[in-house]
Amino acid sequence: MNHIAPGARAGIYHYDEIDRQFVAERVEQFRKQVDRRLSGELTEEEFKPIRLMNGLYLQLHAYMLRIAVPYGVMSATQLRKLSAIGRKYDRGYGHFTTRQNLQYNWIKLEDTPAILHELAEVDMHALQTSGNCVRNVTTDPFVGAARDEVVDGRVYAEILRQWTTMHPEFTYLPRKFKIAISGAESDRAAVRIHDVGLLARRNDKGEPGFSFYVGGGLGRSPFVGKLVREWVAQEDFVAYLEAILRVYNQYGRRDNIYKARIKILVHELGLEKFTQEVEEEFARLRGPKYRLDPEIVDGIRQHFAPPPFEELPDHSEALERARASNPAFANWLAVNVAEHKAPGYAIATISLKPAGGIPGDATCDQMDLVADLAERYSFGELRVTHVQNLVLAHVKKDELYDLWKQLDAAGLGSANAGLIGDIIACPGLDYCALANARSIPLAQAISARFADPVRQRTIGELGIKISGCINACGHHHVGAIGILGVDKKGTEYYQITVGGDPTLTTAIGDILGPAVTETEAVDAIEAIVDVYLANRSDESERFIDTLARVGHAPFKERIYAAD
Amino acid sequence: MSAKDRSKEGSMKAITANRLRDGEVVFLGEGGRWVESFAEAALFPRAEADDVLAPAKEKAEREQFAVDIYTFEVVEQDGVPVPATMRERIRTAGPTVRLDLGKQSLGKQAA
Ligand code: HEM
Ligand code: SF4
Repeated sequence: MNHIAPGARAGIYHYDEIDRQFVAERVEQFRKQVDRRLSGELTEEEFKPIRLMNGLYLQLHAYMLRIAVPYGVMSATQLRKLSAIGRKYDRGYGHFTTRQNLQYNWIKLEDTPAILHELAEVDMHALQTSGNCVRNVTTDPFVGAARDEVVDGRVYAEILRQWTTMHPEFTYLPRKFKIAISGAESDRAAVRIHDVGLLARRNDKGEPGFSFYVGGGLGRSPFVGKLVREWVAQEDFVAYLEAILRVYNQYGRRDNIYKARIKILVHELGLEKFTQEVEEEFARLRGPKYRLDPEIVDGIRQHFAPPPFEELPDHSEALERARASNPAFANWLAVNVAEHKAPGYAIATISLKPAGGIPGDATCDQMDLVADLAERYSFGELRVTHVQNLVLAHVKKDELYDLWKQLDAAGLGSANAGLIGDIIACPGLDYCALANARSIPLAQAISARFADPVRQRTIGELGIKISGCINACGHHHVGAIGILGVDKKGTEYYQITVGGDPTLTTAIGDILGPAVTETEAVDAIEAIVDVYLANRSDESERFIDTLARVGHAPFKERIYAAD
Repeated sequence: MSAKDRSKEGSMKAITANRLRDGEVVFLGEGGRWVESFAEAALFPRAEADDVLAPAKEKAEREQFAVDIYTFEVVEQDGVPVPATMRERIRTAGPTVRLDLGKQSLGKQAA
C-alpha cells in the first residue's frame, strides 16, 4: 500500500493514493461548507465546529490557520510551499508553535479552501490540528539522528497518523487528545506533559518497546503524566493506546469542559483503578487484529530509512579551523550543535529567537532560505521543535561553517538553544482572542536584556516560557522560569513561577509571589538570575538544581523585599 | 488611566464584530453602516448601547456579514476616544509587536 514516491527523499513520509484522495476530498468538502456558510445555508453555530476541524480559528484581527507538520518533520519543498502561502495569503510570515505546527495569523475565510488546496499539492493539510480528536502527534526533533536513539519515533507517529485520521472512535473524544513520542534515552519531546507520552525503552531482554505515561497536561489544571506501564512491546503499541482511548471515551467527563481531559480522569479515578481498567481493556483487545503487522511496520520504516550518509571521519579539520578562527561561530557550535549518530555529521538547531525578536516567527524569506539550506546541507528535510525552533538534522561537520554564515546573515544564527534567550512565548494578546495579557513583548524585553551571548552561556541552561492565559500554550508551567499573563482590572500583570521542568524529571513550577507589571517582570527575571549566579555551587549546577537546594526564600526576598 | 476612571459612569460604548468573509475587525458606524476604522465608529451612551446592539447583531447575522458582535467600552484620552481595554485597543490598531501590520499600518488609526 505504501510506496516511495518518485523523487522521494529519505526521512519524509510520502502519502499514498488513499491519503491523497482523502485529503483532496476533505478540501472539496470544506470548499462547499465555506460556500454554504457565506451564502447563509449554515449558521455560525453550525459552521464553527466544521472550520475548527479544518484548523481555522477566529482570532483578534483575522482568522488563524494552523497547519499540521506531522511529527514536526517536513521537506524543503513543503517549507517552500508554506512560505509561498504566507506571501500570497498572509503577511509574509508564519509562527512555528510548541506543537511543531505552523500558524498563519491573517487568513481570510474565503481564501481558506484555496490555501488548503495548495497545501494538498505538497501532501500537507490542517487536519487534526484542532477539535476533540487525536491531535497531530509530536516527536523528538532529533529523530533519526540522535546518538541516544532506541527506536525511530517517526515510524510510530506515522502509524498513529494512519490509525487515528478519520477513526470514528477517536474523532469525537470528550476533549482534545495530544500524544508525544520520544524514541531516545533523553526526552526531547516533553512526553510527560501530554495526554499520552511514550518513551522508548528496552526491556530486560534488550527488546525495544515503550513506557506509557498517561494524564499529563498543562492548562488550567496542570498534571505530570503518570507511568501506567513500564514496557509495552512494539507490536502491542496500538492495542495499548486503543485501550487507553477506550477507557477515556467511556469514562471521560463530557459534561464539563474543564474536567474533560484525560488528566482529570486519571486524577479522579486514581492511577491504580485507571491502570486496571486499561489493562482489562488491553487484555480484551490483544490479539491478531490489533497486533502491528511487521510487514506494514517495515513498509513505513523504509520511508524513514537513513539518508545516504557518506563515510566520513568523525573529526573535521575544516570545522576545527573555523572554530578557532571565529569566536561567534565557535559559540554557536557549542550551544546549537548536537552530536549525530553518523560519524562526520552533526545536528544543527536554527534558533527562531533573535534577541528582541518574536519567538517562533519566521519570515517567508527566512523560510525560503532554510528550505535552500536544508536542500544543500541536510538531504532536503528539516524539523520543527516544540521550543519553536527549526532543526537541520544531518549536516556534515565540514559544512557547518558555511551553513552558519548563511544563517547568521539572515538573522537566524542566534546561539541560544536551551539558554535564557530561547524563550517560548504563545501569541498572547497581540493575536489571541482568549488572552488576558500580551506574551510577546515580555519575551522581546527579556531576550534583549540577556542578548549578550557570553552572559547567556555563563547562566547556562534556563528555559523561560510565557503564556498569555491559563490555557498554557506557552508551557509556562514547565518553564524553569514560567510567566503567566493575567488581567487585573484591565491592566496586564505577570505571575512568575520557578522550578518547572519539561524533561523526564518533569515538574510544574511554583508561584513565587504576587503578580508584577511588565517592567517589573523583566527586572524580576534579572534578579532571579542574579540570585542564582550568587548561590550556585559551581558552574555545572543548573538553575533548577540551585533552586531545589536553596529553596524559594532568597529569590522571594530579592524580588519582593522592596515592597 | 486607572481602571476606576474607565468604569466611570458616562463613559461611552462602541459596537464591534469580525467580518465573516475575512475576519476583519469592523465597527458599527453612523446610520447602521459597518466601518473598518475605529475613528469612524459610532459611540453610544452606556445605557443605550445594548438597545442598538440587538437589532444590529440580528441584521449582521441574518445577512452573513459579521460574527462575534458585541459592545465594548470607550474612554476619552487626551480628548480622543480610545477603547478602554488593551484587548480592544489591539483589535482597533493591530499587534503591538508588529506596527507594520493591521489597521495601524494604514495610517487611518491612531493606536
Ligand atoms: C492563537 C490561538 C490559540 C487558541 C485559541 C488556543 C487555545 C487553547 C486552549 C483553549 C487550550 C487549553 C485546552 C485544555 O486545557 O483543554 C490550549 C492549550 C494548549 N495550546 Fe493553544 N491555542 C492557541 C494557540 C496556540 C499556540 C500558538 C501554541 C503553540 C505555541 C499552542 C499550544 C498549546 C499547548 C502546548 C497547549 C497545552 C495543552 C495542554 O493543556 O496540555 N496553542 N490552547
Ligand atoms: S495561552 Fe492563552 S493567550 Fe496564549 S495562545 Fe493559548 S489561549 Fe492564547
